[in-house]
Amino acid sequence: MDTSFTLGWVDYTIMVVYFAFVLGIGYALKRYMKSSADFLTGGKSIPAWITGLAFISTNLGALEVMGMAASGAKYGMITTHFYWIGAIPAMIFLGLFMMPFYYGSKARSVPEYLKLRFDEKTRGFNAVSFAIMTIFASGISMYALAMLMETLLGWNFTISIFISALIVLVYTYLGGLKSAIYNEVLQFFLIVIGFLPLVFLGLISIGGWEGLTSQLTELATSQGYSPGAYTETWSAVGHASDNPMGVEWFGLVMGLGFVLSFGYWCTNFLVVQRAMAAGSMSAARKTPLIGALPKMFIPFLVIVPGMIAIALTSDPNSGFALPIKGNSYDYDKVIPMMLGYYFPTGVLGLGLTALMASFMSGMAGNVTAFNTVWTYDIYQSYISPDRSDKHYLRVGQMATVFGILVSIGAAYMARLFNNVMDFLQLIFAFINAPLFATFLLGMFWRRTTGNGAFFGLLSGTAAAAIHHGLTQPAGATSLIKGGWLGTVVQTYPSEMAQNFWTGIFAFFTCFLLTVIISLLTKQTKTKEDLTGLVYSLTPRIKDESKHWYQRPQFLAIIVGIIAIVLSIIFW
Amino acid sequence: EIDIRLPIGFMFTLLGLLLFIFGLTTSLEINVNLWSGLIMIVFGGLMLLFGLLAKRSKSKKHEIN
Repeated sequence: MDTSFTLGWVDYTIMVVYFAFVLGIGYALKRYMKSSADFLTGGKSIPAWITGLAFISTNLGALEVMGMAASGAKYGMITTHFYWIGAIPAMIFLGLFMMPFYYGSKARSVPEYLKLRFDEKTRGFNAVSFAIMTIFASGISMYALAMLMETLLGWNFTISIFISALIVLVYTYLGGLKSAIYNEVLQFFLIVIGFLPLVFLGLISIGGWEGLTSQLTELATSQGYSPGAYTETWSAVGHASDNPMGVEWFGLVMGLGFVLSFGYWCTNFLVVQRAMAAGSMSAARKTPLIGALPKMFIPFLVIVPGMIAIALTSDPNSGFALPIKGNSYDYDKVIPMMLGYYFPTGVLGLGLTALMASFMSGMAGNVTAFNTVWTYDIYQSYISPDRSDKHYLRVGQMATVFGILVSIGAAYMARLFNNVMDFLQLIFAFINAPLFATFLLGMFWRRTTGNGAFFGLLSGTAAAAIHHGLTQPAGATSLIKGGWLGTVVQTYPSEMAQNFWTGIFAFFTCFLLTVIISLLTKQTKTKEDLTGLVYSLTPRIKDESKHWYQRPQFLAIIVGIIAIVLSIIFW
Repeated sequence: EIDIRLPIGFMFTLLGLLLFIFGLTTSLEINVNLWSGLIMIVFGGLMLLFGLLAKRSKSKKHEIN
């Protein structure tokens, strides 16, 4: 099957209209950027429904749309664990228990919360590692978009890089965080409307949900898995060999459902920044809960097309086949192949624009998180403190330009040295794995000390690296996959299982050592210092919502019930 | 400040009209462009409506104050 498209004038018109609106929103917000707070924190004035959709949209980047569709084709319905148990409990916890500290402490960023709660070195470690990480993530988005455009449309790699970088730069430079958030809402709706016809046409052509499940059941049994391995979520995780993902329930629940998902959704400034930009404490708490509602249904938009693609590929009479890459299918081509298969000129332009929107929202999210951390947590703290607010506004704007330029460099680095990017992502995974233990102890145990937090975090990162160095997934052929310490003490059924267990080891090492070191070191923070930062020393907040059904607790119950119902339906 | 519903509504209505007209004048024998355009026009129209209603109630409140 051909993997390149020819676009018509109507497709290009759709792209141009979208770019014009994105830039127009940035331009319209330019005159409101009067202070560094306006530019870097959105002035803390945005309604909950907007921050809630932006919370999800900033995560609905390239990795999500392309990667999860690929996982849908590779692993089937089990991929939805990343959206349900791997997201919803963490989002509820963030909204109900953690946002009061992030928002109430008046911290302008997650690293700044660490400074207020612990000390300067813990903040510095988090700020520097996060700033580097976001820039590389933005560069990877840029690289993936340019590669896609080169493959599908024959566009020149460099031209794709510069067009996407220029558009993101202009609207984030003009309107700051608010422009990024507003555009993320626009991008969210575009992604939903752009991909919905794909799911609709795919499902109808394959005989509905029943037709899809019967084809995938046949495929699962032919590969030696349990019959529901591709179409159910929990029934096939009793043993790692029962499902194509190679994971078992304990690793899934503890590794993904607790350590990795709470580590991402509750501590990553990229998403928490959206909630911190909300107009009130109530809106900040509702942000992740509002975001959780569409989050639960995104699998039907990105994973189901992947499942349809593999079902069509396994049917020799369908006329559709995923391209071969090595000794397997090229799963990353699922979305573009499906777009080309079902969409005529017109809607094809809409689908491709939605795909570009997902890449750009990922880029803009990373750049705006970077410029806030750079300006407040690095520049103002270590390089040039006590300057005027106008100066920091200018630095924030310059950081946006710098962030985009470094992202372009990272995109070229990814093109030239793919293994270097794999290595960097591995290092970032080690740094992120233990992070939630530090926040959990910091927020809920007042005895946690700065030294305990810092050295606990370092030991958790070291534990993640050592675990990775001593283990390997089955069939690993390079040291980037593990076993680089020379001795392999455990071989996991899959890379996914190895990742989950790396997270588990990192979390518990960090947790235990933070407790031990805290008990052995002196608490330098007074009760007054910790008020508003620790659960036991913070007065319970009274929600200002007029009606009981507008309160975060009610929303959390609704979200929890829907997640449980979905899990039961697709058990 | 700008109400994001207005530009979103305007963009979707505009793109919907473009697709609808293109589908009318130019996948299970479904005219995907026409139907997608129609859905986008409805969605864009609703967004515009909500945005304009919010704007109206804001200016009324402003007058009362």
